[in-house]
Amino acid sequence: MLLIRCPYCEEERPELEFRNAGEAHIARSANMAGESDDDFEKFFFIRSNPKGIIYERWRHIHGCARFFNAVRDTVTDKFVMTYKAGEPKPSKLPGAVK
Amino acid sequence: MKKYSVFAIAREAMRGHKGWEEQWSSPEPNKEYDVIIVGAGGHGLATAYYLATVHGITNVAVLEKGWLGGGNTGRNTTIIRSNYLYDESAGIYDHALKLWDGLSQELNYNVMYSARGVMMLAHNVHDIQVLKRHVHANRLNGIDNEWLTPEQAKEFCPPLNISKQARYPVVGAALQRRGGTARHDAVAWGYARGASARGVHIIQNCEVTGVKRAANGAVMGVDTTRGFIGAKKVGVVAAGHSSVIMNMAGVRMPLESYPLQALVSEPVKPVVPCVVMSNTVHAYISQSDKGELVIGAGTDQYVSYSQTGGLHILQHTLDAICEMFPIFTRMKMLRSWGGIVDVTPDRSPILAKTPVPGLYVNCGWGTGGFKATPGSGHVFAHTIAKDDPHPINAPFTIERFRTGRLIDEAAAAAVAH
Repeated sequence: MLLIRCPYCEEERPELEFRNAGEAHIARSANMAGESDDDFEKFFFIRSNPKGIIYERWRHIHGCARFFNAVRDTVTDKFVMTYKAGEPKPSKLPGAVK
Repeated sequence: MKKYSVFAIAREAMRGHKGWEEQWSSPEPNKEYDVIIVGAGGHGLATAYYLATVHGITNVAVLEKGWLGGGNTGRNTTIIRSNYLYDESAGIYDHALKLWDGLSQELNYNVMYSARGVMMLAHNVHDIQVLKRHVHANRLNGIDNEWLTPEQAKEFCPPLNISKQARYPVVGAALQRRGGTARHDAVAWGYARGASARGVHIIQNCEVTGVKRAANGAVMGVDTTRGFIGAKKVGVVAAGHSSVIMNMAGVRMPLESYPLQALVSEPVKPVVPCVVMSNTVHAYISQSDKGELVIGAGTDQYVSYSQTGGLHILQHTLDAICEMFPIFTRMKMLRSWGGIVDVTPDRSPILAKTPVPGLYVNCGWGTGGFKATPGSGHVFAHTIAKDDPHPINAPFTIERFRTGRLIDEAAAAAVAH
């Protein structure tokens, strides 16, 4: 079971309190009706599914109930960091060489 | 290839078993092949086998980063059934089921297909409606499926608890008698032996690290840990890693990879005569010929390539097993493991040509690919050989996620995704 740090509660809590909510930083179009089929497919179905660093959303469903974002390695399942919803995708990860 | 038979056993018994040959050869890779299959699991090896036997294409290499059948082929719970709801799914899964029947004879290899029946339990009104809808839809498609009362279910599977006092009592069941199990390793080994005997090269410990494309976009071959290998046609059958390989060719996939776990108990005498599944309490169970109870758990909720999963997932499944079969509450579990399954948004596979000329993909089987192995290989070989899908896999395109023609099998596997 993963241990996940909720950036709102500022506490590391067991995975059972959380619900994974898929890949992060996929913006919904403001004009959905005007989306082309290709763009809608990219938004709705296509996922990066990386072997390595993933940016994903979690929801602290049995805690503060808020959505937040996390950076995790999908090979080791180790979290690099978590950050609040609405904050930009981190350009530099802690522990990264450059 | 020397044929296996009772006479071969007798002959070898008399000369100290010195005459058995290797089941498949392990040649050095050539510089160029007609077709490269990425992934030597059941689906990949079956594809190579049918390329050789049905289409006469034998200049084929199957590249495997680990060992043959060491991925999800060796990690599943070996359940076979074809009682899927939609016509497209019924078509492909029943195509596979028909091939299972007679596969041991075709391969001259005992895959131990046992049509012992797959029983899916209903625990509430919604389950009854869904399962009865499946029964009717299946019958319209010529697939056997029948409705059982709780008493009939217990008669078919005596250890089942049908007490009304259970937390989720059994209120009925759907039974596909042609469903059952097969020996997963033997499926991979049998196809490998058959393909190798016809000239297919099976190259293990050879990981694909890149897909080379010509200036016009067409596939030229693959970079591997054992150097570049050329081919005008490449079929990707890499299960949980399919999107990783497809990314190397510049194709982004509607796939996400999750760990899926299973476990086996200590071996006991025959007690579970069939396969029992329940979507609602979420468990499935059968008994192997060695006597182990084979139990399937669910996927973890997050994308991962770790081939392990959370312990609470196994615990959740065992809770359900103990509820359905109180007789097993004191059984000891021996081993558990995880495999990485690639799941599509509509829970149906992708077997298709891709936007890249010469590149084909067979993926997205999610949590239930084993049952489809022979059918999948058969129609995928057709797709590669003819550069055109077989009518059975024609609906399973990548483009369906753009056009909206989904094959929405929410109940595709026993697990609630």
